[in-house]
Amino acid sequence: MLRIPCPVCGLRDETEFTYGADATLRRPDMEETDPGVWHDYVFIRDNPQGRHKEYWHHVSGCRQWILVERDTLTHEIFGSSLVREVAA
Amino acid sequence: MSQYSVLSILRHGLTGNKHWPRAWRDPAPKPSYDVVIVGGGGHGLATAYYLAKEHGIRNVAVLEKGWLGGGNTGRNTTIVRSNYMMPGNTIFYERSMQLWGNLSQELNYNVMMSRRGYYFVFHSPGQGEVLRRRANVMRANGIDAEFLDRAETMRRLPMLDYSATARFPIYGSFSQPRAGTARHDAVAWGFARAADKQGVDIIQQCEVMGYIWDKDKIVGVETTRGPIRANKVALAVAGHTSHLAAKAGLRLPIETHVLQAYVTEPLKPLVDHVIIYGGAHFYISQSDKGGLVLGGDLDGFNSYAQRGGLPTVEHTLQSAKALMPSISRLRLLRQWAGAMDMTMDGSPIIGKMPIEGLWLNGGWCYGGFKAIPASGYCFAWTLAKGEPHPDNAEFTLQRFERGYQIDESGAGPDPKAH
Repeated sequence: MLRIPCPVCGLRDETEFTYGADATLRRPDMEETDPGVWHDYVFIRDNPQGRHKEYWHHVSGCRQWILVERDTLTHEIFGSSLVREVAA
Repeated sequence: MSQYSVLSILRHGLTGNKHWPRAWRDPAPKPSYDVVIVGGGGHGLATAYYLAKEHGIRNVAVLEKGWLGGGNTGRNTTIVRSNYMMPGNTIFYERSMQLWGNLSQELNYNVMMSRRGYYFVFHSPGQGEVLRRRANVMRANGIDAEFLDRAETMRRLPMLDYSATARFPIYGSFSQPRAGTARHDAVAWGFARAADKQGVDIIQQCEVMGYIWDKDKIVGVETTRGPIRANKVALAVAGHTSHLAAKAGLRLPIETHVLQAYVTEPLKPLVDHVIIYGGAHFYISQSDKGGLVLGGDLDGFNSYAQRGGLPTVEHTLQSAKALMPSISRLRLLRQWAGAMDMTMDGSPIIGKMPIEGLWLNGGWCYGGFKAIPASGYCFAWTLAKGEPHPDNAEFTLQRFERGYQIDESGAGPDPKAH
């Protein structure tokens, strides 16, 4: 069981959350016409062994999307923040 | 290396089983090889075996950072089947199924292939139609498939919950009679012994740290046991493909996820077949020792940890209980997990990489065990001839750029959904 720190609700069980995706991806500009750029965005992942930035949705809690940094080898979590605050 | 036979068992039995020779050598790495295969699991060892046997390429090393078959080869639920539907997958997995049939004789090693039949139970007419389509595609490709109504399913699988209170009522099932299970450790050991007999060097406790470059070409690997040069470097390290590719500057359409499996305390014979639950992602069979072998979903987030979390344990056991309430008081004996290469379409990658000298066999998601013989056969062919065998021709890395994903489950570009 992961215990995920939610910036709103505090430390909560993994079962309250839904995993989103790799948070380092940036959707290309909608005017982008190079298929290579879209290919990289849709299919290619760094898949690091170690620290990984990822989105989780606190779907059974405050319903906020949060950004979590977690180690994919040890599952240690280094902190979280609200996605809307990071994106702003 | 001696041949295993009834006579050799009798002879060694009479001498107290004290004189069995070791099954394969433990050589020191040579400075160079024709082919270096990274990864001593089923896929790497099978590739080495078929390279030597089918193509006469015997100057081959298999490098393993731990011990043979200690990765996903020894961490699966041992199911062997070829019930695939998408072009590219059907012929490939059927080749594997055919190779499995004679594998014990071929390797002179009992892999305990047991064609006990595979049953996928379905829980609505719509789900039945989807499976009927799959059965038809399989039969059109010459692969065995049966479609059973509720009464026949009840007759063959009487231990399931057919009551009015079942969480998901069982409408019928879809079966592949030739499917079954095999002993996973024996597959690694059998291929290792047979490859070693052909002259392949199997080098354990040898981790690849990086590559040896000649300008922009890979000409070998740097390992914990020194540099080893090779004309071709072949990766077969499923679960860890991304970071070995990253050392070569290559980014891949793969995420690593963790998948768990479980075995219960042993019982008398109860589950004669491999049963797949259509109400959730759950599968069950019974080992020859009597333990029920259970498997379920991925844990659901990127992970290289070879251990799983309790929420997925609970989910899997709930599925087990919903399908077969009679096993609800069984205790789990062991639980384990493996790190899976989940590709963006759920299908593997076998072929030449954009970097000269580097070849890849990976992205097996959680279907790699059954694929071992065909994967070795086709990867060996690809390495020897420089071009894919017709059976693995679709498993290119370039299919993602060209829009030819082989999306068996129709889940789209989300690795955790396949």
